Amino acid sequence: MTDHDNLHAIASLVPEGSRVLDLGCGTGELLAHLQRDRGCTGYGIELDDANVLACTRKGVNVIQLNLEEGLNLFADQSFDVVLQLETLQHLRNAERMLLETARVGRIGIVSFPNFAHWPNRLSVLRGRMPVTKALPYEWYDTPNIRVGTFADFEVLARKNGLDVLDRFGLQDGRIVRRWPNLLANVAVFKFERR
Amino acid sequence: MASVGAVTPQQMHFAEPLPLQSGASLRDYTLVYETYGTLNADRSNAVLVCHALNASHHVAGHYAGQPKSDGWWDNLVGPGKALDTDHFFVIGINNPGSCFGSTGPMHTNPDTGRPYGADFPVVTVEDWVDAQARLIKRLGITQLAAVLGGSLGGMQALAWTLRYPERLRHCVAVATTPSLSAQNIAFNEVARRAIVTDPDFHGGHFYAHGVVPKRGLRVARMIGHITYLSDDSMEEKFGRERKSDSEELNYSTQDIEFQIESYLRYQGDKFSEYFDANTYLLITRALDYFDPARAHGGDLARAFAVAKGKKFQLVSFTTDWRFSPARSREIVKALVDNQIDVSYAEIDAPHGHDAFLLDDPRYHGVMRAYFERIAQEEV
Repeated sequence: MTDHDNLHAIASLVPEGSRVLDLGCGTGELLAHLQRDRGCTGYGIELDDANVLACTRKGVNVIQLNLEEGLNLFADQSFDVVLQLETLQHLRNAERMLLETARVGRIGIVSFPNFAHWPNRLSVLRGRMPVTKALPYEWYDTPNIRVGTFADFEVLARKNGLDVLDRFGLQDGRIVRRWPNLLANVAVFKFERR
Repeated sequence: MASVGAVTPQQMHFAEPLPLQSGASLRDYTLVYETYGTLNADRSNAVLVCHALNASHHVAGHYAGQPKSDGWWDNLVGPGKALDTDHFFVIGINNPGSCFGSTGPMHTNPDTGRPYGADFPVVTVEDWVDAQARLIKRLGITQLAAVLGGSLGGMQALAWTLRYPERLRHCVAVATTPSLSAQNIAFNEVARRAIVTDPDFHGGHFYAHGVVPKRGLRVARMIGHITYLSDDSMEEKFGRERKSDSEELNYSTQDIEFQIESYLRYQGDKFSEYFDANTYLLITRALDYFDPARAHGGDLARAFAVAKGKKFQLVSFTTDWRFSPARSREIVKALVDNQIDVSYAEIDAPHGHDAFLLDDPRYHGVMRAYFERIAQEEV
């Protein structure tokens, strides 16, 4: 789950009045904010029953779907922005979903825990997998089936023909532009299809 | 939770003919309906609930002196319930062609002076919606807060957004489909053949003979019933449990051997006591015909273009193999293609198609949350 400050930092990347698809929208907090304060419209995609209910309560359009099944419901370039916040790391088909994101949206915004954040590096140096705020699970019961780094994503984006429009790290709601691979626990990328 | 209590059905008579999709028309007809809750001053809190295959206008509450007469959606509709009658004015209407009081095959055909029987004109989902729209207008309601329905009722709710988009704000369609699959039509056809080949059917004019094609109705109901349940829920309820306690098999092909047979026969018997054979034929045909994409070259998205500005809540159930979640997703896709507001809940309930009549907490949670959202929008 994106924490509140990070959420606002990411919301600022979404142009006013955008048509937005939020993949793994959780309780719909970001969409509610975008609707209310930035005049956006669109849908959230969520699998969890409790989250679907929370979205309905908030007046956010939510479509209950398993992202592993793809985005066949949505036409090419049918959204201004597709968000995939703290979701990619849970997906088995992460690379395909990234391509789907770029297919459906004119702009994609992805965020995920940055495994290369320095406390994680220290932890691994000491011989243990990290357990931190951004990666709060033990290695044996984590829903994060993909772990990657800020730098890794750049390679993946390039490999898939995505043009990165903006990139930064996030640490407690602060935007980190200097050495984000080392200094931020969350990585954020804004990209489009080449 | 509280019920709306004792209710009384009402009747509304229409002298002007109802033109039907078939080109025929229904002249001089009566609709039976019930209402629950109070219409507010600006007449903005009305919710129409459309009934499914073998239900009626009797959505909630009970009839005085009849303790077992609960409405078919009493678990959903009432004071403090998901569709809260403390806030909403809820209307249930019996469709033309039904056997529950509205003009139907058992009534006198003004052209012949005898019961319509098989001569009752074929009615469609759209015809029903037209009839409902007239009644709603007569109640002085220019715009419904929502139209709600499950299964065949869901089709009616969808049809409202296509025929009278300016006369509703929300569409809540549960366990429904944009059109029947070949498999669904096949089940309906088996049911219809069971009825029309019953020797007591008399070409639909059995009323004059003082008989009812009960054998056909029983089989039709048994077929239907099997398709409304999931394999798992049937297994759980009945399994291979035997009718008798004896360990020995009877080695009979005619006697009831398993509990499920006993249950289906009981359901079939009960149904054949109260349901009209001609109505069953009409309603299953209406199901077969519903296909809003047909008028748009099979393009469902184009069909829903007129519904822009409406808001939709769709619900399906994972174990519903009759109207599967994939069919609801087709509707979602058509709405999304039109940038229409839609929410969709896919409830992981074990009960199959019938789940829409049960009070699964996740399902009712979504319904409650959505109607609360509708209620808030009004202020």
